[in-house]
Amino acid sequence: MRTLSTRAKVAWAVITVVVMVWALLPVVSILATSFKLPSQLNLGTFWPKTWTTTNYEQIFTGSAKDLFLPALRNSIGISLIATAIAVVLATFAAYAIARLNFRGKKLILTTALGVSIFPVVSIVTPLFNLWRSIGLYDTWLGLIIPYLSLTLPISIWTLAAFFRQIPWELEQAAQVDGATPWQAFRKAIVPIAAPGVFTTALIAFFIAWNDFVYGISLTSTSAARPVPAALAFFTGASQFEEPTGAISAAAVVVTIPVVILVLLFQRQIVSGLTQGAVKG
Amino acid sequence: MAAITLKDIVKRYGDGFLAVKGVSLDIADGEFVILVGPSGCGKSTLLRMIVGLEDITSGELRIGDVVVNDKAPRDRHLAMVFQNYALYPHLTVFENIAFPLRLTKGKFTDDEIREKVERAAATLELQDHLQRKPANLSGGQRQRVAMGRAIVRDANAFLFDEPLSNLDAKLRGQMRTEIARMQRRLGTTTVYVTHDQTEAMTLGDRVAVLRKGELQQVASPRGLYEQPVNLFVAGFIGSPPMNFLPGEIDGGTMHLPIADVTLSADLRTRIGSRRVVIVGLRPEHFADAALLEESKKASAVTFDADVDVTEWLGSDLYAYIPFETSHAVADKLEELDRDLDGEGMRTQLVVALDTESRVRDGDTATLAFDPTKMMVFDPETGENLTFDADTARAIDEQNEADRKASLARVHQRDEGRKAG
Repeated sequence: MRTLSTRAKVAWAVITVVVMVWALLPVVSILATSFKLPSQLNLGTFWPKTWTTTNYEQIFTGSAKDLFLPALRNSIGISLIATAIAVVLATFAAYAIARLNFRGKKLILTTALGVSIFPVVSIVTPLFNLWRSIGLYDTWLGLIIPYLSLTLPISIWTLAAFFRQIPWELEQAAQVDGATPWQAFRKAIVPIAAPGVFTTALIAFFIAWNDFVYGISLTSTSAARPVPAALAFFTGASQFEEPTGAISAAAVVVTIPVVILVLLFQRQIVSGLTQGAVKG
Repeated sequence: MAAITLKDIVKRYGDGFLAVKGVSLDIADGEFVILVGPSGCGKSTLLRMIVGLEDITSGELRIGDVVVNDKAPRDRHLAMVFQNYALYPHLTVFENIAFPLRLTKGKFTDDEIREKVERAAATLELQDHLQRKPANLSGGQRQRVAMGRAIVRDANAFLFDEPLSNLDAKLRGQMRTEIARMQRRLGTTTVYVTHDQTEAMTLGDRVAVLRKGELQQVASPRGLYEQPVNLFVAGFIGSPPMNFLPGEIDGGTMHLPIADVTLSADLRTRIGSRRVVIVGLRPEHFADAALLEESKKASAVTFDADVDVTEWLGSDLYAYIPFETSHAVADKLEELDRDLDGEGMRTQLVVALDTESRVRDGDTATLAFDPTKMMVFDPETGENLTFDADTARAIDEQNEADRKASLARVHQRDEGRKAG
């Protein structure tokens, strides 16, 4: 790689800083707000005057506990189940698309693409009516199904692209080397396919985790309401107090798993996303 | 180690395409056999049927004394080197080579595996790369790792599927010698698929020439070169390829586009009542008449030719002489050219001259050839009318004797090294 001139370096540094501030300022602002006392929210300072964990106490043990904790449980449960189902189904579908020739292959891919660009808002009202009449309204299943419609198309596309890059001849090589068909798949193909499947799982999880529209429309109680929807129902201690602090605290709490996952699996995600472009 | 016997092997694909049309071939224990032919001749399919990656439509395949038609690849105990190496990208070189050993659960201890892998790595000079991943290796190194994976276990036979086609010319030459050396030393039965006739000629104890799924001829490289059974084999083996000229028979004389040749009695009986034949002359059977020894001049046919282009390659001088072909054989020669992956270019004679020759572009040169070297082919069937079965057999027997002698020498040397 060629070395950059000093001017280019400076320019890059400036651009990086601008982008970072632009991207991270809201996050830092929420983090700062989450440590403010409810009474000091309107002081107009960026950082809290007195650092406090009141807001966190409120959502975990205080008045907002009954709203936040079930929502957290719902979010984790629903997102994990939706991700697991999506990845398993998408793996099978993508395997078939990448390796087999069958009629309607193009149709499946086009449909998947169509579904993924279909605006969520336009389906949500009919779905609300349908769900109510068949008893899926305000249940976990009632959210998992629409989440699958969000996560499956992108999972199928990502995995199909990934599977096409796998040198399937390895499977034959392994069989000649003395492996059973199952061993060949497990020892030669799975290790290569794993990063792709893993990346897809992470992407699917984030999509389900971040959803708001379905979460707020298809639930009514803490039986199934996920965190993004629950935040809208936070109230202050009295009607004269704003719940901003508690909402910020909850927002920080739900951001943490995402950040941790990305930091932990940064390398796999990057290699998973770029593997297709680089031939071995 | 084992012999491989193919009997009337047929492969018909699901779409009805007949890729291999009844091939029978006996591969002796320890023999190095090459399957060669232009693209689409069924050589790779045949190899994949031997290793078990393709089903055999009909026929019988034996490895040793066992019919293996319906056995899974793993039960055939063959080692294969793939065209694109098929290394496991997530494993180190060491683990790649150890892979077949690790699959035989519990048969080898970790120490045994390490010892075997290290011995294979030493043979292939891979010791320094054992902890690297395949992605970080050069083409030649990857090739050697693939070979290491094949030699590390005691396979019944080695199968190579165009192993050198992804390497550049220099490396290809080196690896070719390396494969020959390895096979001589290990004495393992080897089947090697290639479309490159240099590899076929240099590596094989015997070479099987395939065309459109049919076996044309199986013989030693020299046998194929000097006694090809038909036009196809004659045209395929040899570089630059054999020149084919139309020959019109007029009593005791044959008119070639370049000269008239008086036919010998033997040749006349072989040609029989045919009016037109195809005559094959290899480039090196021509010589610059100016440099020809007096003793040879008497029997040679000399002719004047307009040289179009010359190529001086240091060790050789090639001269190209265009000629008009007759339509009687034009179709046949065109078909042959297509079969050989040719481009249907102009009809020209290629002659290999001594580098001392002063013939240059645009010259009118006096050239000579020895009429006894001529091969004569039937224009319809392509059959070689000058084929001499006795000579062909003698060449192959000689070749076999030479091979056995060289194998014995290698073993003796190895014994000596062990004792010393």
